[in-house]
Amino acid sequence: MDFAIETVSLGMRFGDFIALEDVSIRFRPGTVHALLGENGAGKSTLVKCLIGYQKPSSGQFIVLNKEADFASPRQAHEAGLGMVYQHFTLAEQMTVAENFLLVRDPIPLVVDWPKEKQRLSEFMNAMPFKLDIDTPVSQLSAGEKQKLEILKELFFERRILILDEPTSVLTPQEADEVLGLLRKMATETGLLVILITHKFREVSGWCDMVSVLRKGRHVGTVAVAESDNQRLAAMMVGDNEDAGQSAKATPNSGHTSDKTAGLSITDLILDTDRGRRLDKLNLTLSGGEILGIAGISGNGQRELVEILSGIHAHYQGAIRISGAVFNGSRKQLRVLGLNIIPELPLQNSCVGRMSLSHNLAFRDYDLPPLSSKAGFLMLGRIEAAALDKIAEYGIRSPGPAAPIEKLSGGNIQRAVLARELRTDTKVLVLYNPCFGLDFGASAFVHAKIREARARGAAVLLISEDLDEVIGLSDRLCVISSGRIALEGDPKTLTTAEIGLHMAGHQVS
Amino acid sequence: MLSFIMALVAGAVRLSTPFLFVSLGETITEKSGRINLGLEGILVFGALSGFGASYLSGSALIGVVAAGIGGALLGAIHGWLCGRPGTSSIAVGIAMMVFGLGISFYLGKPLIQPKAPQLPDIDLGWWATSPAVRAALRINLLFVLGLLMAPFLRWAFRSTRYGLIVRMAGENAQAARAAGYSVECVRLLATMAGGALGGIGGSFLSLYYPGAWTEGLSSGQGLMAVALVIFARWDPMRCLWASLIFGAAGSLGVALQSIGISQGFHLFNAAPAMLTLIIMTASSSTSGNSGRPRELTVFS
Repeated sequence: MDFAIETVSLGMRFGDFIALEDVSIRFRPGTVHALLGENGAGKSTLVKCLIGYQKPSSGQFIVLNKEADFASPRQAHEAGLGMVYQHFTLAEQMTVAENFLLVRDPIPLVVDWPKEKQRLSEFMNAMPFKLDIDTPVSQLSAGEKQKLEILKELFFERRILILDEPTSVLTPQEADEVLGLLRKMATETGLLVILITHKFREVSGWCDMVSVLRKGRHVGTVAVAESDNQRLAAMMVGDNEDAGQSAKATPNSGHTSDKTAGLSITDLILDTDRGRRLDKLNLTLSGGEILGIAGISGNGQRELVEILSGIHAHYQGAIRISGAVFNGSRKQLRVLGLNIIPELPLQNSCVGRMSLSHNLAFRDYDLPPLSSKAGFLMLGRIEAAALDKIAEYGIRSPGPAAPIEKLSGGNIQRAVLARELRTDTKVLVLYNPCFGLDFGASAFVHAKIREARARGAAVLLISEDLDEVIGLSDRLCVISSGRIALEGDPKTLTTAEIGLHMAGHQVS
Repeated sequence: MLSFIMALVAGAVRLSTPFLFVSLGETITEKSGRINLGLEGILVFGALSGFGASYLSGSALIGVVAAGIGGALLGAIHGWLCGRPGTSSIAVGIAMMVFGLGISFYLGKPLIQPKAPQLPDIDLGWWATSPAVRAALRINLLFVLGLLMAPFLRWAFRSTRYGLIVRMAGENAQAARAAGYSVECVRLLATMAGGALGGIGGSFLSLYYPGAWTEGLSSGQGLMAVALVIFARWDPMRCLWASLIFGAAGSLGVALQSIGISQGFHLFNAAPAMLTLIIMTASSSTSGNSGRPRELTVFS
């Protein structure tokens, strides 16, 4: 058998939209094969066809030497294909053993637990990673949950395993461990692992082959050993995109340092009904500097952003912005030039059903020129101001009167940037600013962040995307369990060091 | 002192049965990821159907079966309504509670006077000489059934196909769908099963204690059972213990009277209501959430 899967000019249309066109890729057994591409490049569509969620509108594919025509995932499973989804499909309050049983088809009418547990233990012993079968899933770490998802698939002796961004919730160590084990299993047992990813690090570290998709087309398949990141990036974004250049747009050096602007946080503590979320967090940041905060989600990042947005009133510790004691009022945010771009901006800093122009005016609708002295809104001026921003930031929308929720994620992010990035911004706080954005939109956001720094703003960049933090920051902190666990120069810190602190290991 | 304890135990056994059935039923429903607040209506409707069937057929056991069917019927309506897109199970539950009470009172008018055959006792205290002990050990058939039902359900949730499917639907609907189960169907059946048990709990009221059909039959046991399920952390065995505690609390007034303390009689009779308030307040904080089915989002 030469190929485990072979797609032959596979195509997928949704109405006029072409999601996949003429995709022919061959996947060898015993390899880890990456599918690389921007959001919307067609990776998910391709995989959904393979696993039987949708039928391709043209072309065909061959699985293990048999032409495949799956009407449902169940048929794909019977043919030996397994899939691990981006989001966990586990029952949290049930044990590891029970979760294994739930995917059996059919579930035995009466479960013989001693026998089942013995079978599971024997299976676990043969596996490269082990989990205690009696532990409730809710007590597992994210990495262990991901391992459980993979083990569940391997339990069925799959020949082909598709993983959709399996490392997005893992620390770099956990990711390396999981990917390393998958590669070992591939070379030892002839398993084909198809890995959907957008992380070059994972491609170059753990994959044998990589296929690049762009705008629904197969750009090329190359052996990882014969390629490099630059070439892959060029394949991903194509030649006519301006994405690459913004990375070099404004160099780190030469920016003006504004000593008056800045943010200092001392011994910040936040107790909520879910426990202590911030535990004596300290950081200082001055103008013309990007301070990156890396960490796994849920370690206090959201709460920190919420405090700076003025959402929490009951915290301990001192926050000073450009020397003034922070009180979170709307007026103070404006006077001191504190601007915030929270995660998921549609939910957290927009009103989805209000128009784009009104959403753009949230910061200054109540001031002249957008309001008259008597307090009436000047709707014409609000729309004119919106049109300016739409042009300046290249926001693609049906028009300023369209509800902002109708815009795509990238355009909503542009709109929020247009509102929050002002010439008088002194302190800029961003949380996962590129989450869910494609390559081009991310590059735009990054360029805007650098511009703000060049204007002398103090930028606090909180992100769960480690590559982003390392790439943009002048100084890097790692947040773990509500405190800063590590601070250093992103150029000299190693990924291993950062990951260790992200995972909360105490290093003596 | 002995007579006080005996009175308390007897009261716990007697009053806990409706709590036990309703809370076991609600546990099944909530484990599937849906809440049924209409159990008060189901309880009273079960009491009426049980009493009516017993009166018409002359057999209290037929009455119990009819109560179960009646409860399942209301459960099916609740389950079907909640399955419609865009409906709120809270609003549907409250509407169903009002509906259940209203239709029971309407249909029950002719049944206020008659007497119906009652459920038999099992006399476990035949050996005793003390009348208090004998009274305490005279145990109703339904209580025994509930006593067996709790460990059975606990086992069923852990070790049977249907128990595991119900829990999967309540833990991760997406995963259940991916595994090929209809979450809607599972929840409908779980709501019906919960309704059947709630109805049987109601038949205890009209066919054993107090043992007649009146409009003031239930004093909110159906609502308190929702609190009880949270207190029991969705575990059938804990439902049993919690029901006994609620039953004992309800008979506190009577038990105190049996040793000559009649002061505050009505205050002590309100103990279950106070217990509900305390439990609801305590469990609305974080610790009460452990064991909560993840799809049951109304508590988070």
